[in-house]
Amino acid sequence: MSQVVNAGFPILTATAAVPAIGAILTAAVPAARRTAAKWLALLVSLVTLALAAIVLVGFEPGGDRYQFVESHSWIKDFGVRYELGVDGIGVALIALTALLIPFVVLAGWHDADPLETKSSRWRPTQGFFALILAVEAMVILSFEATDVFLFYILFEAMLIPMYFLIGGFGDRAHAGSDENAAAQRSYAAVKFLLYNLVGGLIMLAAVIGLYVVAGNFSLTEIAEARASGQLEMATNTERLLFLGFFFAFAVKAPLWPLHTWLPNAMGEATAPVAVLITAVVDKVGTFAMLRFCLGLFPEASKWATPVIITLALISIVYGALLAVGQRDIKRLIAYASISHFGFIIMGIFAMTSQGQSGATLYMVNHGISTAALMLVAGFLISRRGSRLIADYGGVQKVAPVLAGTFLIGGLATLSLPGLAPFVSEFLVLVGTFARYPVAGIIATTGIVLAALYTLVLYQRTMTGPVKEEVRAMPDLRVRELAVVAPLIALLIFLGVFPKPLTDIVNPAVTHTMSDVQQKDPAPEVEAAK
Amino acid sequence: MDNLIALLVAAPLLGAAVLLCGGRRLDKTGHWLGTLLAGLSFVIGAVLFADMVGKGAEDRALHQRLFSWVPVEGFQADIAFQLDQLSMTFVLLITGVGTLIHVYSIGYMEHDERRRRFFGYLNLFLAAMLLLVLADNYLLLYFGWEGVGLASYLLIGFWQHKPSAATAAKKAFLVNRVGDMGLSIAIMLMFTTFGTFAFGPVLSSTGESSEGMMTAIGLMLLLAACGKSAQVPLQSWLGDAMEGPTPVSALIHAATMVTAGVYLIVRSADIFNAAPDAQLAVTVVGAVTLLFGAIVGCAKDDIKKALAGSTMSQIGYMILAAGLGPIGYAFAIMHLVTHGFFKAGLFLGAGSVMHGMNDEVDMRKYGGLRKYMPVTFVTFGLGYLAIIGFPGLSGFFSKDKIIEAAFAKGGTEGWILGGVALLGAAITAYYMTRVMLLTFFGEKRWQPAPDPDKAPGVEPGIEVHPGEMPHPHESPRSMTIPMILLAVGSVGAGAFFGIGDRFVKWLEPVTKFEHGHPPIGAAAITSATVAVMVIGVTVAYLQYGRRPVPVVAPRGSLLTRAARRDLLQDDFNHIVLVRGGEHLTRSLVYVDHTLVDGVVNGTAASVGGLSGRLRKLQNGYARSYAVSMFGGTAVLIAATLLMRAV
Amino acid sequence: MNPVNYLYLAALLFTIGAAGVLIRRNAIVVFMCVELMLNACNLAFVAFSRMHGNLDGQIIAFFTMVVAAAEVVVGLAIIVSLFRSRHSASVDDASLMKL
Repeated sequence: MSQVVNAGFPILTATAAVPAIGAILTAAVPAARRTAAKWLALLVSLVTLALAAIVLVGFEPGGDRYQFVESHSWIKDFGVRYELGVDGIGVALIALTALLIPFVVLAGWHDADPLETKSSRWRPTQGFFALILAVEAMVILSFEATDVFLFYILFEAMLIPMYFLIGGFGDRAHAGSDENAAAQRSYAAVKFLLYNLVGGLIMLAAVIGLYVVAGNFSLTEIAEARASGQLEMATNTERLLFLGFFFAFAVKAPLWPLHTWLPNAMGEATAPVAVLITAVVDKVGTFAMLRFCLGLFPEASKWATPVIITLALISIVYGALLAVGQRDIKRLIAYASISHFGFIIMGIFAMTSQGQSGATLYMVNHGISTAALMLVAGFLISRRGSRLIADYGGVQKVAPVLAGTFLIGGLATLSLPGLAPFVSEFLVLVGTFARYPVAGIIATTGIVLAALYTLVLYQRTMTGPVKEEVRAMPDLRVRELAVVAPLIALLIFLGVFPKPLTDIVNPAVTHTMSDVQQKDPAPEVEAAK
Repeated sequence: MDNLIALLVAAPLLGAAVLLCGGRRLDKTGHWLGTLLAGLSFVIGAVLFADMVGKGAEDRALHQRLFSWVPVEGFQADIAFQLDQLSMTFVLLITGVGTLIHVYSIGYMEHDERRRRFFGYLNLFLAAMLLLVLADNYLLLYFGWEGVGLASYLLIGFWQHKPSAATAAKKAFLVNRVGDMGLSIAIMLMFTTFGTFAFGPVLSSTGESSEGMMTAIGLMLLLAACGKSAQVPLQSWLGDAMEGPTPVSALIHAATMVTAGVYLIVRSADIFNAAPDAQLAVTVVGAVTLLFGAIVGCAKDDIKKALAGSTMSQIGYMILAAGLGPIGYAFAIMHLVTHGFFKAGLFLGAGSVMHGMNDEVDMRKYGGLRKYMPVTFVTFGLGYLAIIGFPGLSGFFSKDKIIEAAFAKGGTEGWILGGVALLGAAITAYYMTRVMLLTFFGEKRWQPAPDPDKAPGVEPGIEVHPGEMPHPHESPRSMTIPMILLAVGSVGAGAFFGIGDRFVKWLEPVTKFEHGHPPIGAAAITSATVAVMVIGVTVAYLQYGRRPVPVVAPRGSLLTRAARRDLLQDDFNHIVLVRGGEHLTRSLVYVDHTLVDGVVNGTAASVGGLSGRLRKLQNGYARSYAVSMFGGTAVLIAATLLMRAV
Repeated sequence: MNPVNYLYLAALLFTIGAAGVLIRRNAIVVFMCVELMLNACNLAFVAFSRMHGNLDGQIIAFFTMVVAAAEVVVGLAIIVSLFRSRHSASVDDASLMKL
């Protein structure tokens, strides 16, 4: 346990409790004090960030696998415990979540303001920020939970605030009429909910099955019992349980062909909520693959690997191709994310140190890069009131800073070296290639396609003659710059010096590799050092 | 001394950061800052060079390790630099020519309101290019490799409001990405084979792996080189890249960036030496591009595109030489350096001409300019003599050596490669004479300036008044001085390097060197080279010097028409890749909507239908509910009794 | 003591009640039939109680009566308000509880 944190202080609970309490307080702010609610939400998210920073600093990479452990009995009869602990991967993702929420809050500052026709008794502003904080609390707690049942509850519960965020606060830049917009929005929200509920339901069956087989819900105990041979699972049982868990995570991640909810949800939600979906909530899916699928069912994971790698490859190429074919900026980014999630999943299941480190870094880097790109896209869309690429042109002439930041976000998306995603993408490619050369080579086509959809997007929106409708477009405001600049700085920093992150992640990856009892393929020739 | 290496990269990087983030405050001074930092980098390079010359040949290489870049289990990539003779050569070329072109741009971009940003991009390019040649491992090289790609993208598309420029920039980046795919696969292969991708360990243990693996890595590196150096089949972007401002064409698309492919191959010499098949592929690519570029160069009327064809062709020579193995590496680099001088000079001359001619690029609308732009004429003329290989000038020394080495390859291959190289020399003489005659000699064929709104191809750096006749004038001194310096290089560099094999000896510790033994005497080859050059010049003179030149290009033969369209490569790309890709993505969007989403929606609809039917059971009549209750109870009781009976 | 005859009677009463619930439409009659079924159960309880010689069955019969009384109170109130609103005591008329 670290010196920074007083032993005994439940720091992990605190990181989740602060936003949870903040959510309640924000919701309780009187209707007329809208601005106060915004500042409160920002303050709470910053306090959470500070707590997450303490966890990050206090975490000892060389120490125990799970640190800051908290354990209390919860439902005695079923052996359910309130059990928290973080490994390097969890710490990295908690840091990512806590980092992004202040930007999401700041970027969404006006997204839930009342329309002029509404009265002063308008409350959704408070609701919007309260829901964002609620999502944050649940996501953070789900990264910390080492009890399968506790994780399951959070995994499902975070759907509720997300549902209201998507369905209740849509993108105001909508091509159709208001009713049409509302219909599309509720379609997207219901689709999101149903997909994830079905996944969750199947996972519930697997959770119960796991309890029947193992007799408790503790991740650490089960993994230990499995490793020491005390807990034998029949091959088929293990495979079925694995599939139950994996299906839920693959919906959330999302993996082809379970991806179709994401473009709808991201397209209809406001840009900050879209960031919340893809950069934060979806990461729970990939995180859980690493922690639960590989940790609890190593043999079944290896059994399923060929199929999963294939699906991930399809995701990479298919997502990128569909991104090329999109006409809507936000849907384009959504399909790009599907492609990137393919990389993450491929890295996880390549079962090499490089692949898994790369996948973990990818989760963090993708979060930052998508947030940068999506938030700038949101600023752009809010100016012109349209999501269609064809409605823009020549923006760089009137708003050079906006165009520049958009380009940097795009370059991060296409994994330009020097920006953070490159490091992770290359690690994933190398890690996959070492074990599955063909998959590695096919996946590299993803880097060409990524360049295609990003640059086409940039070209069509930002370059060329200035369109009449964008002529009066203002450049980024101070608040917007405050959102984008730190993200870009972080992208550059982590692209050149990712060591702080890899130091935290590496030991966790070593543990996972020993969970699945895999060694990296040795090089053919031992090169002269 | 070691610690200075990072400063080489840091100086222009600092410039890029300051200029790009600095905002309008720096509009007045930004270009000076950028030029100063480029010059600083050159000074550091010169200091390092002086230091290196003072040491023995074998211990000249310097290393500087900054920090570990990607520390992951079993995967070590460092930010670390290596400065040996090969890198040194490039450092001097890049910073030297780079600084000159910075100076030139001060005048050339004077009227552009975004000049500060232009200099920021130029500095960014310098930093990335220096990173590329200074890296001590392939991953860091890849960093620089993509970095120059980005800078090239930004600079080609500098006049972004021109759709053609934006498209050209995108195209350049995309085609380069295809090549980058090759580089990343090569790195992955190295990683699985050697467990590392640092130059030292990889290149010293090539013998321990199989030849097949080396061939695979070599071919992937060749793909990368094709993308960056505009070699067939990835050459299509270079012509379009001329949409960028002319200093960019001179620096990036003639002197430095496009030669990165040659650097990559020469740097990986040990891999290619262990893979004869890959070497053969390199020579074939070089030979094909050599002719391809030369033929395209003959047909273009746009002065910059004609020069771009020439660049392609000259890099073909370098690639060809690099594919010949130890007999050619040093000559490839030597030609690269001399080409850096004369081609940069030619481009700057072209820019100067355009500057004086209302940004007209069509050579058919020039003519007789030698009287109006004497300095440009002389410097351009010296560059011209250098590139066609006029005896005594720099192109003569470097190209002649390559032709000799090609013959020395031996066997039928040697004859074919040598023959192609000779033929290329003849065509070079032809198209360059054509450029020269059309531009500076003959009668004036000037046309009034087009309306910029109607002709979006006009470079907007300079004010153009529609309908005004051009009144050509010599360019300001900031533009002519760099041209003069480059002309001096074009004249003297070859003799300086070539006489006494000075350049070969300089590079020998890095690239090794074997004397080639051509089947015919070296003197015979040299005479043949001069002879074909004279033939090329004569043919061009007969065609363009003796007869008046029509302002509108005649229809021309089938080959001419094809060559004007880059030998139909673009049409092929457009039909197969662009159209095909559009169809593919559009049908995939349809599939995603109907099939993938449809399956799910269909499931939802059938569940909905089923529940609709089940809903009918809820008819609201209390008595029917009672019946089902009684029925259910009866069934339960019966089941219980039955279970008990069994 | 032999409970068979009591049980026959209880079964008969229960069947009459059940049939009434299913067949009759008048809410009051249906209600009475429900009471009849309850009392048939009571009869069976008491008979068994007597047979076993303890008081458990009788206690449950008391419970049933209390519940039945409570039910009557609520049920009759519903019927009365139903009758007031639609001037009919037919259970089929109150068939709005469907989707």
